[in-house]
Amino acid sequence: MFILIVGAGRVGSAVAKKALEQGNEVSVLDEDPLSHEQLDKDLVDSWEDAGGRFTVGTALEVDALLEAGIEEADVFIASTNGDNTNLVVAQIAQRRFNVARVVVRVLDPARAAWYAEQGLDTICPTQHAIEMFERAALSPAEA
Amino acid sequence: MYVIVAGAGKVGWNLARELLAKDHEVTLIESNRRRYLVVEQELEHAVQYGDATELWVLERAGIQRADLVIAVTGDDEDNMLICQVAREKYLCQRIVARVNNPRNLQHFKLLGIRPAVSATDLILRLIEHEVPQYGLVQLLALEGERLEIIELEVVEGAPAAGRRVDEVELPEGALIISVLRGGAGFVPKSDTVIEAGDEVLLILDPGLESAITPQFTRAGAGAA
Repeated sequence: MFILIVGAGRVGSAVAKKALEQGNEVSVLDEDPLSHEQLDKDLVDSWEDAGGRFTVGTALEVDALLEAGIEEADVFIASTNGDNTNLVVAQIAQRRFNVARVVVRVLDPARAAWYAEQGLDTICPTQHAIEMFERAALSPAEA
Repeated sequence: MYVIVAGAGKVGWNLARELLAKDHEVTLIESNRRRYLVVEQELEHAVQYGDATELWVLERAGIQRADLVIAVTGDDEDNMLICQVAREKYLCQRIVARVNNPRNLQHFKLLGIRPAVSATDLILRLIEHEVPQYGLVQLLALEGERLEIIELEVVEGAPAAGRRVDEVELPEGALIISVLRGGAGFVPKSDTVIEAGDEVLLILDPGLESAITPQFTRAGAGAA
């Protein structure tokens, strides 16, 4: 599979490395050249030597998306640190480039829920944290 | 009319002020606390503090009953999403979005956000279309409808000068809709005589400019 990941922060770069390890073709797009270090970290060789691709550019730049290989992507992951950027670029991947599988990180639970209803595969870390806190702190203590 | 304006920058603030002066009900939303406090001194309860991309902020502003939502923040993603939820989630009939970077216009179109207004693009188009020797100004381009309105100055000695409107040789798909003379405008009839110094407004199919302008300029002028 060809996996394109936009946003190489902690989450994006970790998923990228996992995907590469599993034998996928992986391309990462990030506006910050320094984010490349996140990808190199913990690798014996560099990200490229390990077989990964890296493109510097912003998510809404069509040229950058094309360079990163969006037209061949089977999976698109939007994991920048901005909800609004993620939601827009995910819809571009889905509607314009017809990527089969689009997964988008949305920190705001309300919008994660609404966009999920609209057919986007949203992941909301905040919602997960809320549920984990509830389980850890609010559930009756086991006797 | 109840209008929600997202973003209290120069555009949003002035827009809110004008709409209020026209007796519309307005809520302006600003996410920068300092900016909000500045604007609040003038607009008082008509401005709310919050991030207009968040659903609860829009709901607090009463988006359910808004007749018009205008997104004019400095961030194109925000403007797209504000308009998208306004229309698709809250079923607001009318939206207007500001495009900051004209390259993002394609994304607004992809998400069905119309109209999307780009000041940069408008000015660029004026520059492109304004041919100084012809004195042509594009006033309006209705892209979806494929119509344009242009303004032209009638030069002394031009073929159209001294002719009746129905004698001006215009291509198919162009019509003189207004004449400005001595500071006043009027709708010409077929026997109205066009004079040198007039400014005429024409409605036309896009792309006919080059066939129209020679009628209002002197032969040979601007042929270079």
